[in-house]
Amino acid sequence: MARYFHAVRLDEEKCKGCTNCIKRCPTEAIRVRDGKARIIEERCIDCGECIRVCPNHAKNAFTDEFSRRNKFAWNIALPAPALFGQFKQLHDPGAVLEALKALGFDSVFAVPQAADYVTLAMRDFLEQHGPGPWISSSCPAVVRFIQVRFPELIPSIMPLESPMEIAGMLARQQAAKELDIASEQIGVWFITPCPAKVTAIHQPVARGASNLTGAFSIADLYGELLKLLPDRASTTAFTASGLGLGWGRAGGENVAVAVDSHLAVDGIHNLVSLLEELEMGRLKDINFLECQACPEGCVGGALTVENPFVARVRLRKMAEQLPKEIHHLEDDYPAASAGDVFKLTGSIEPRPIMQLAENMLTAIQKMEQLSKIEEALPGLDCGACGSPNCRALAEDIVRGIASETDCVIKLRERVKDLASEMLDLAKKLPPAMGKGDSEEDDWHAG
Amino acid sequence: MEAKPLMNLSFPIVGGDFTQAGEASSRIKRALQQIGIDPALVRRVAVSTYEAEMNIVIHAWSGELTLTIWPTYIEVVADDKGPGISNLELAMQEGFSTAPDRVRELGFGAGMGLPNIQRSSDELQVDTQVGQGTRVTMKINL
Repeated sequence: MARYFHAVRLDEEKCKGCTNCIKRCPTEAIRVRDGKARIIEERCIDCGECIRVCPNHAKNAFTDEFSRRNKFAWNIALPAPALFGQFKQLHDPGAVLEALKALGFDSVFAVPQAADYVTLAMRDFLEQHGPGPWISSSCPAVVRFIQVRFPELIPSIMPLESPMEIAGMLARQQAAKELDIASEQIGVWFITPCPAKVTAIHQPVARGASNLTGAFSIADLYGELLKLLPDRASTTAFTASGLGLGWGRAGGENVAVAVDSHLAVDGIHNLVSLLEELEMGRLKDINFLECQACPEGCVGGALTVENPFVARVRLRKMAEQLPKEIHHLEDDYPAASAGDVFKLTGSIEPRPIMQLAENMLTAIQKMEQLSKIEEALPGLDCGACGSPNCRALAEDIVRGIASETDCVIKLRERVKDLASEMLDLAKKLPPAMGKGDSEEDDWHAG
Repeated sequence: MEAKPLMNLSFPIVGGDFTQAGEASSRIKRALQQIGIDPALVRRVAVSTYEAEMNIVIHAWSGELTLTIWPTYIEVVADDKGPGISNLELAMQEGFSTAPDRVRELGFGAGMGLPNIQRSSDELQVDTQVGQGTRVTMKINL
C-alpha cells in the first residue's frame, strides 16, 4: 500500500510535460520526467495549486464515485460552507439543503453549524491557553504545508478538530441514534471545495479514521444541484449562524472567533513569508492566525465553480441575513466534553522532506556538494530540466534523481567543449600526409 | 582540545536595508533543515539569528552572519562594522533600545533583540567596541 494517499492526481494522456505546475507547487513536489509530470508523494500536500494552473487540465482531484452511496442504508450530505456561495441569485441557504435531499441524500447536516461549534471550542481554547500565536488547524492543506515546510511551527497549530470532522461525528451519531442502525450502514459524505479535504478524509492527520465516508466535489454536483434548487421559499431550516457560514470565505474564521489581535492569510504562496516571520518570533502580538491555502478562502478551492471573489462577497451577504451570534446553538454545544470531542486525538508529526540524508555528516557533505553544483548552474530557473529551479536541480542531483546534463545550458556547454575538441582533433593530420597547418609541418620545416 | 567544525556558511548583511532583512536567517534555517537538525532547535536558532540579523540592519553599516556546526553545538556569529554598544548592560535589558523613531515605526527596535537572543540560546557572548563594531556569538547545544 502506498504510504500516502493523494487526492491530486495526474492524467498522463493530457499532460504535455510543460513547466507550469512544477513552478507553482509550494512544496516543489513535481518534476517533469520523460515528458510527463511526476508527483513526489512525500512532498505533495494536496493543496490543488497544480490543478488550478495546469493549462491542459491534466491535474485532477480524486473524489468518490457518486454510486458508492448505494452501499449504505442511509446517506448524509455534509455541505461545506463554500457550497452556499456558488449559486447566483440564491439568498436562502436552506434551498441548498433541499436540493441536496432532492439529489438523493437521506439527510443533510450543514457544516456551517459544526463551524459554529468549533468557533465556540476555539474561543474556549484561546481563553484557556492564552496568547499564541495559534494557527488554525481547519485548512488541511495548511496543516500539511506546515508538516512539510515549517515543522518548527507544529506546536503552534491549535490542536482542534475541523468543522468537517465535527459535522461528520454529530451527523453519524444523530442518525445512528434516531434510526437505530449500525454506524457502518451510514454513509457520511462531504461536499468538498478542494482536494485537501478529500485527503483529510481518506488519510487524516492526527486521528485514526475519519468520521466521514468520502467526498463528492462541488464541481461535479453543481449542474444537478442548480436544476434542483427550489424556486419557492425553502421549508428546510438553516440552523447555523452567519458566523458559521462565514467560515467558507477568507477572514470568516477570524470574524467568528473574534479574539483580539488576529490575522487572516489566504493563498498558499502568501503564507510562506508570514510563517517565516512567525517562525522568527516576529508576530508575538498576534493571538490567532487564520490560514487558508486557497485564495479568498474555501470559496477559492480548486473544485469550486463560481469565481472566488464573487462567491466570497455572496457568502458575506448571505451571512448578514443569519443570526450574528451563536447563542441559539449554545445549549447544543457539547461544552462539558469540549476537551474530548474537539481535541485532536493524535499528534501532528513533522514530514521532514528537506533533509538531504538521515545521517547529519552525510547530509553536510551533500550540502557542500549542493552549493558547488548550484554555483555552477546558470541560475536561469527555466525549468527545462524538469526541476522547478536551478537550486532544486542541484538538490535533485545530490539526491541522485537528476544529473548535471539535465540542464540544457550545461549540456550546450558540454557539446560546445566537445565540438571544439573535435575540431582540434580534426586539424591534426598524420605526419605522412604532409600538407596542412598542423604542428608537424613546422617541425619538418625546422 | 578544539574539535573541527563540520560545516561553515557565511552571509553578508547590508546595514539599513530592510527589504533584504531576514534573508540570511532564512537561508541559515533552510540549511539546518537540510542537514536534519531537530525542528525545535531550528526554531531557536531561527529566532536568535533573526534578532542578530535585525540588529545589524537597524544599527550597523555592514556585517556578516556566520553559521558553524560543531560536533556538539551550533554556533552563529553576527559580526558587524558599526557604532558598537556604549552600555552593554543597558542593551541586555528588555525594552531598552537606541533605535531611531523611523525604525520603531516599522515595528522594529522594541529593545528585545539581545534579550531574545539570550533567551533562545544556551550561550551568548557580546564583544563590542564603540565606533568600531560588535560581534555577537551565540551557541545552541545539539
